[in-house]
Parts: sequence; C-alpha cells; structure tokens
Amino acid sequence: MTVPLDFSFAFQQLVYGLTLGCLYGLLAIGYSMVYGVLRLINFAHGDLLMVSAYFAFFGMVIFQIPWPVSFIGSVLFTAILGILIDRGAYRPIRKSPRINALITAIGVSFLLENLGLVLIGGRPKSFPLPALFEGSFVIGAVNVPALSIWTLLVTLVLLVVCAVVVKKTRIGMAMRALSRDMETVMLMGIDKDRVISFTFALGSAMAAAGGIMWCMKYPAVEPFMGVIPGLKAFVAAVLGGIGNITGAALGGLILGLIEVLFVAVEPDWSGYRDAVSFFLMIVILLTRPTGIMGERLPD
Amino acid sequence: MAHTWEQILTEHKTTMLQIEDLHVSYGGIRAIKGISIDVGSREIVCLLGSNGAGKSTTVRAISGLETPQSGNILFAGKSIKGWAPHKIQRLGLVHVPEGRKIFANLTIRENLLMGAYHTRDKVVLRQLFERVYDTFPILASRSGQLGGTLSGGEQQMLAIARAIMSRPRLLIMDEPSLGLAPMIVANVFEIIKRIRDEGVTIFLIEQNVNVALKIADYAFLLENGVVSLEGPGYELIEDERVKQAYMGGGRSNN
Ligand SMILES: Nc1ncnc2c1ncn2[C@@H]1O[C@H](COP(=O)(O)OP(=O)(O)OP(=O)(O)O)[C@@H](O)[C@H]1O
Ligand SMILES: [Mg+2]
Repeated sequence: MTVPLDFSFAFQQLVYGLTLGCLYGLLAIGYSMVYGVLRLINFAHGDLLMVSAYFAFFGMVIFQIPWPVSFIGSVLFTAILGILIDRGAYRPIRKSPRINALITAIGVSFLLENLGLVLIGGRPKSFPLPALFEGSFVIGAVNVPALSIWTLLVTLVLLVVCAVVVKKTRIGMAMRALSRDMETVMLMGIDKDRVISFTFALGSAMAAAGGIMWCMKYPAVEPFMGVIPGLKAFVAAVLGGIGNITGAALGGLILGLIEVLFVAVEPDWSGYRDAVSFFLMIVILLTRPTGIMGERLPD
Repeated sequence: MAHTWEQILTEHKTTMLQIEDLHVSYGGIRAIKGISIDVGSREIVCLLGSNGAGKSTTVRAISGLETPQSGNILFAGKSIKGWAPHKIQRLGLVHVPEGRKIFANLTIRENLLMGAYHTRDKVVLRQLFERVYDTFPILASRSGQLGGTLSGGEQQMLAIARAIMSRPRLLIMDEPSLGLAPMIVANVFEIIKRIRDEGVTIFLIEQNVNVALKIADYAFLLENGVVSLEGPGYELIEDERVKQAYMGGGRSNN
C-alpha cells in the first residue's frame, strides 16, 4: 500500500466510484435495451453521448438558451437522432446476418465522430457548469460534490422510469415480446418498426442524459469523447447481463467502483485503469457470458 | 318462400379468402407452384399435406410473412398481396403459427394482451378476457405465470385464446394438433368448431387427416407445392388416395 487506507479515504473513493459508476450505468442502460430488443450491439451508442454534449453545449453557449431547456432539448434531439440512425442505417439491413449490422454500427460510430471533427473541429470545448450543480457537501473529512448527488439521483430516477416502461406499459410489453420473437409480434398486428423506433428513442435519450451528466464532470466536449465511455458502458452492460436494464445499471456501478478503487489502492497503476475494465469483460465473457443478471436465451 | 335451403345457402355463401395461382419460392427453391384455394365465409376449410408439402409456406404467404412470387391473395375481396403482416392482421386475418409461438417471457395475461394490442377500450377488453377465460379456465387460474411454464397443450390453448383476443374474421391455424395427446387434440378441435359456430371462418392446416376431415366443410390436399385433390370433408375422408397416404400407416388419433 502506498496510500494510508483510512475510513474517510475509503469513503471518499466510494463517492467517486459511485459517481463514475452511475455515469457508466446511464450509458449502459440504453446500450443494453437496444441489444435486448434487437440483438444489436449499437457501437454508435457512445457517440450519442458526444452528440448530446454538443447539443447541450450549443444550446447554452451559442444560443444562450437557459440550461434546463438546453438539456431537455438535447435529450429530445438525441432521441430523434437515435430513431434516424435506426431508420437510415439498421432498418434497411434488418433481415441480413447480425454481423452486417455490427459492421454498420461501427460505421455509424466513425461517421458521427468524423462529422463532429469536420463540422465542429477537434479542439475541446469547455462545457459550462450550471450553478445548481456546483459546490459540495463536506461530511467529516469526506467531500461529496453536489454533482455526485445529482448524478446518483438522475440515474436512479431514469432507471426506475425505464424499468416501469419496460415492465408495466403496453409498448414495454411489445419490446419484451419483440426481443424473443419478431415474427410473432408482427402476427399480433404490431408494427415492429414502431416498437424498435421507440426502443432507440428511449435508449438514446438515456445516452443523452448520461452524456450531459458526463460533461458536467469532465467538461471537455470533443468529437471522440464518447469512445471510451461507450466501450466502458458496453463492458458494464455485459457485466450486468446484456439485455437486462437493471443489470446494466448495476454493472455500471460495479465497473465504476472497481476502476476508482483500483487506482486508489495503487496510484502507480492508474495507467492500467482502462485495461482493468476490458480484462474484466474478457473474464466475464469466458466464465459467465450471461453476466450477473442475464438470463440464458434459448437461441 | 320460394327459395330452397340450398339456394339460400349458396346465395349467402361468400368467399372470405381467395388464393389465385400462388407461387412462393425460397431463393431458387420453389415451394408453392401455383395453387388456388377458396375459403368460404363461416366455414372450416382444411389444408392437408405431409411434411414439407408447403402448408406453412402457403399460410405464411397469406399472412404476409413470406412474399409471393406471383399470384394473388384476396381477403374479403381485397388484395393483400405484398402487405406487411401487421396490416393484414388488423384487417381481421389472424394467423396462429406452427409451434404455437407463445411469448415464453411474458405472463399468460400479457400474452393475451398482445393479441388485443390494438383494443384500447377497457370494456371491450374486459369482455374479451371474460370470453377467453370462460373458454379456457386453466388460463384464468394461471394468468400471472410466464407463458413458458405451460405444457404443450396449454400453450396451444393460449395460442388460440390469444388469437381470439384479436377478434378474427378469419382464423388460420397451422397444425394445432402437433405434438398433442389424442384427448387434447379432441378438445382443441371441439373449441375450433365452437369458434366457427360463433361466426369466425377457419382455415385449418393439418397432417392429422382423420380428425381434421371430420370437422372440415371443405378440404384441399397439398402435395409438393400443388393441390392434388380437393372436395368436401366427407368426400375426402372416403377417398382411397387420402386413406392410403394418411390413414393407412396406423396413424390414427382416435
Ligand atoms: N426458410 C426456408 N428456406 C428454404 N426452404 C424452406 C424454408 N421454409 C421452408 N422451406 C422448404 O419449403 C418446403 C415447404 O415447407 P413448409 O414448411 O411449407 O412445409 P409444411 O407442409 O408446412 O411441412 P410441415 O408439415 O413439416 O410443417 C420444404 O421443402 C421446406 O424445406
Ligand atoms: Mg408446416
């Protein structure tokens, strides 16, 4: 141990870990939802984080729109973009083998990143922090940023909203049915494309919420900012059992905690932080591919 | 009244489903090679045939799951060829697929709600639930359980119940007797007759020729993608060719 591991230090790391974990969780929920319904790994999901950050940034800084309106607008626009990506890129190849969709998803990801580079430029832009999220609470020797509390709240509320939508609503029922048997859903008189569009909208809105919270913590907006969080969210989704949204949130929390604690225990290893996540994913895929909460699928 | 019963019946006999010179292929393989079938209103019409004859292909083309190469499909006089499956269903053409295909990860109640997805009227919905729970009491007592926990026979009941929830005008059933014990088969066929008596047209796909022909008003025999024989149920049941091909092997279900 190179750092004294006292109680407040541990608690402090816990706060940081949970905050990072919530951010991963927010992203992972949408990732997992789209995968659950379509069996599609939407590699562009992380880039939606970046797009939402730009939407919010432009709203606040360029158009001088109040931040709540900018944030909500960003979530809405990102949801619409999610629908458009599905229509433009994935719907035309819905009947093709899954690998085609995966390659297309990687293409969409590159497209979004490079569009950002060409249209807006690569220089990071500083994301303004609204006053509401500033400051922190000091409990003993532990510093709890207000933003951490907000992040936790936003994550919990959105997780509950998503869970209720999926478990209790008519469209959520169709989503669950579609995840197992697309053909029979159509035989029920249900337009599968509408259910899929809804799934993309909801998943993308979650990515946008995650993106905005992310930017307030790491306020540098640039075209490739979504790449690493996107990959981490994928790991979190796999960890939690891909397709399961509660599992995704849990996977995010665990991943965030592991990363932060890993660095806290051995700061010299901070360069291996990302490697830890991916190592974890390989271990899971080898030992328990269905993750913590994933159910075994009969296919 | 100058009309005889015969005349009245023919006058009122309208065609619910009309298949004209249908061709369906999978890639280069021709599965259906020009068949024509009429299904009269409020009748039970059977499509018989052995494994691989093309029965499922025919009904999948009708409900829009496969795209026909040529020919036409008319439902209540309107061409539905090339329509999306969900649009066809909403006209009242309801297809219970082969293998029942209930949603194993949804509860029994949710499975039924999937059938009535577009019925928003609470009163109508309650009536539909009453009707199916009345016909299938087992579903009522287990409404909160996952569909996957039902036995094969119960799953078939759920599949039929789910179709009733869609308020069909034409009900297409692909091998409802598949894998069921003779007792359950008799039960299922009893229910099919009852649904017909309530005014629903039935297009029944079967290999279980013995049982099917007993309730069929009219039947078609499909062999290698073509209709090789057709006639009223009571006629086909006596036909030597049918007897030889389907009943001779001791495959009796009675
Ligand atoms: N998706 C497919 N791709 C290629 N060929 C197919 C496909 N589905 C069916 N076929 C072929 O089409 C022919 C007719 O199949 P179909 O499933 O319609 O038969 P069936 O009469 O329903 O048989 P069963 O009684 O076994 O259900 C068969 O030769 C089958 O192998
Ligand atoms: Mg078949």
